Amino acid sequence: MAAAPHTPVDISGAMIEVPVAAHDWLIIAPVVLPILAGALLLMLRKNTGWQAVLANTVLGILLVCCAGLLDLVWNEGPQTMTMGRWLPPFGISFSVDLTGAILALTGSFVAFACGIYAANDIDQTRLRYGFYSFLMLMVAGVNGAFLTGDVFNLYVWFEVLLISSFGLIILGSERAQLDGALKYAFLNLIATTLFLIATGYLYGTFGTLNMADITRKISTMPDSGPVMTIAALYLFAFAMKAAAFPLNFWLPSSYHTPRLVVSALFAGLLTKVGIYALLRVMVMIFAAERAELAFIIAVIAAATMIFGVLGALAQSDIRRLMGFLVVSGIGSMLAGIALSGELGLSGTLFYAVHSMVVMAGLYLAAGIIVRTSGEHDMRKLGGHYSASPLFAAGFVVLALAVSGLPPFSGFWPKLMIVRGAIAGGAEWLAAAILLTGLLTSIAIVRVWAFAFWRGGPEGARDGAESWKLTPIAENAALPIHASFALLVVASLWLGLFPETLASAVLDAARGLANPDGYIGSVFGDVQ
Amino acid sequence: MEPALILLVTAFFAVSIYLLLSRHVIRMLLGVAMLGNGVNLLIFTAGRLTREVPPIIGIDDMVPQTATANPLPQALILTAIVISFSFFAFLLVLGYRAYQDLGTDDTGDMRLAEPQGEPLPPTGY
Amino acid sequence: MNTIIFRTVAPYLTSLMVLFSIFVLLRGHNEPGGGFIGGLIAASAFAIYGIACGVQPVRRALYFHPMTLAGFGLFIAALAGFPSIIAEVPFLTGLWIFPKIGQVELALSTPLVFDIGVYFVVVGAITSIALALEERETN
Repeated sequence: MAAAPHTPVDISGAMIEVPVAAHDWLIIAPVVLPILAGALLLMLRKNTGWQAVLANTVLGILLVCCAGLLDLVWNEGPQTMTMGRWLPPFGISFSVDLTGAILALTGSFVAFACGIYAANDIDQTRLRYGFYSFLMLMVAGVNGAFLTGDVFNLYVWFEVLLISSFGLIILGSERAQLDGALKYAFLNLIATTLFLIATGYLYGTFGTLNMADITRKISTMPDSGPVMTIAALYLFAFAMKAAAFPLNFWLPSSYHTPRLVVSALFAGLLTKVGIYALLRVMVMIFAAERAELAFIIAVIAAATMIFGVLGALAQSDIRRLMGFLVVSGIGSMLAGIALSGELGLSGTLFYAVHSMVVMAGLYLAAGIIVRTSGEHDMRKLGGHYSASPLFAAGFVVLALAVSGLPPFSGFWPKLMIVRGAIAGGAEWLAAAILLTGLLTSIAIVRVWAFAFWRGGPEGARDGAESWKLTPIAENAALPIHASFALLVVASLWLGLFPETLASAVLDAARGLANPDGYIGSVFGDVQ
Repeated sequence: MEPALILLVTAFFAVSIYLLLSRHVIRMLLGVAMLGNGVNLLIFTAGRLTREVPPIIGIDDMVPQTATANPLPQALILTAIVISFSFFAFLLVLGYRAYQDLGTDDTGDMRLAEPQGEPLPPTGY
Repeated sequence: MNTIIFRTVAPYLTSLMVLFSIFVLLRGHNEPGGGFIGGLIAASAFAIYGIACGVQPVRRALYFHPMTLAGFGLFIAALAGFPSIIAEVPFLTGLWIFPKIGQVELALSTPLVFDIGVYFVVVGAITSIALALEERETN
């Protein structure tokens, strides 16, 4: 037992003395709630009946908390809570600005939709092996990464979400899963190790790991050489995480192997954490270095877009096609980071939100297709339009959104990024984005043409008579379609009424470009 | 002392990159383990090396009287060790399972998730 | 490994190690020790018991599944941050109380609860890995 701390030393000078208001707990709630729920679900693993109910209730509460947090941050500026009462930079801070809050809310929304879908899609064995515990811990990791204000803590949350995603990707242990998981695990592990190397150098150079503190000190660095090295290392590590060309091959070779609801979760949450980390580290902390690296990032972005969508065009497996579309979307977000400026950054953020919702929705659609027809090869699909016109309509919305056609959600961020590219004199980047949009629409509309519009699989006579799909069982059909509809409606809302999100991402982009508010929220009551 | 450790870190990285370039899972695993150790040593060196003065503040002082060892890198390394240890354990089991089920530890032969020679998607009905 | 000497000694060794792990856990705040290292000691105790007497007796002796223990540890470690709400201080702030039972003054604190949580996480996680590997070996 610890000795009683009857120390005569007065340490109050190193402590935060301002009492913590109740609403400040919203900063930590998106991380602690899923951890608590994940731990509880781990204890109740055997009670498979309770798992889905408990997990989805907590995900619902989480959604409300994230909405509350976004509201708080939008109205009152960035918020900070420093763990253990130690003054920053000694205590580990959780600093939330608009960027983090928007992404946390979207992530929780996608997790909620996937949680509802999974309730009727995940079998007893997978539940007993802890599907929902892994899901909850992954959500905790993702939210932790979005909300933390400390670089090393960001690394720790990356590892939390990574180890939970390992659990999810091998759940079921089919042979293809082991193959995919091995590649996924190795590549991601190397990326996080690179992240750790860069963090080691960062600490050696600045002597601090608090993001606000580093941002404050970076302009006073006399020698920019080491800083440039660190920035390049971070770019490398996070681009690998986000699956940017030429480090993108792990994604299409692994994302399609687990249950498709797991793929939807990964597409919605994981790669976007890489984009968020790039925004936070490259744009906010290493602003000058990003400007120097801008051309390289732009080339990477264009290559990621084009090669991603070319991969999608060459796939006949719809699950792998989706994986390539995720990669292609990453390219558009990187383009915004390369351009920077208000248009570029707000375009990236808008695209991230859009891509989280739409890619998760498309994977869920693929899940429904595979479930009703038992096939994922485009040549063997058909008849989904006559089986369920409503589901087909939802798919069209997502297909047009991912292609970036107006008035759907993908159009607005692409418009912002293209305008930013033209204003910044990078017309070739704008051309690459538009070309990608065209090729994406060919790739995804082909899925529509073969899987939905065509009456039956290749060789079958056209017409609903010749090809019967097995509909999803009555009690499972409603939640599964409802979770899909949730994502479709969100995408539609983003497309038809983009004003709310557009003004939010504009504020967020200003906050990233000029982080005085962020620094002030960490050190405000000190100086 | 720092230059010696830097050379050691370099050696660790060189060995681990060489191992990671192999096609065999077991060698890649060893490479990952080496890489983790190299990074830990790197963080330790980045925190500056000092003689073994424990960072303890006297009972009447507000700051340590002499230059002490930096405790933060050690805390960071401890976290990193725990994480890399658990990852290594996971990867070891995963690699073993993959070897059992796929019958090979050559990554070039692991083409289950991406079968070779798949036909291109149809161009018309 | 399955000699009679080892099998006879293993239960005593295990109980001694578990006892020692709790001692290490409790002295951990100001002295060397703590939840992590205590948990490792306890996990190696169970691993030894598993090598000597088989995996099934360990599972029976533990009563709860190791992963359940890990979940419980994670749960109370996260809960240790919540007394801060009442004290109006940030999450995970160390809060202390010093109740007197007879002549003995006890130092109870939220870091202690957190450390016990870490102990259970480590015991649960490492034991479940060790037992799974030992099971595979015997099959």
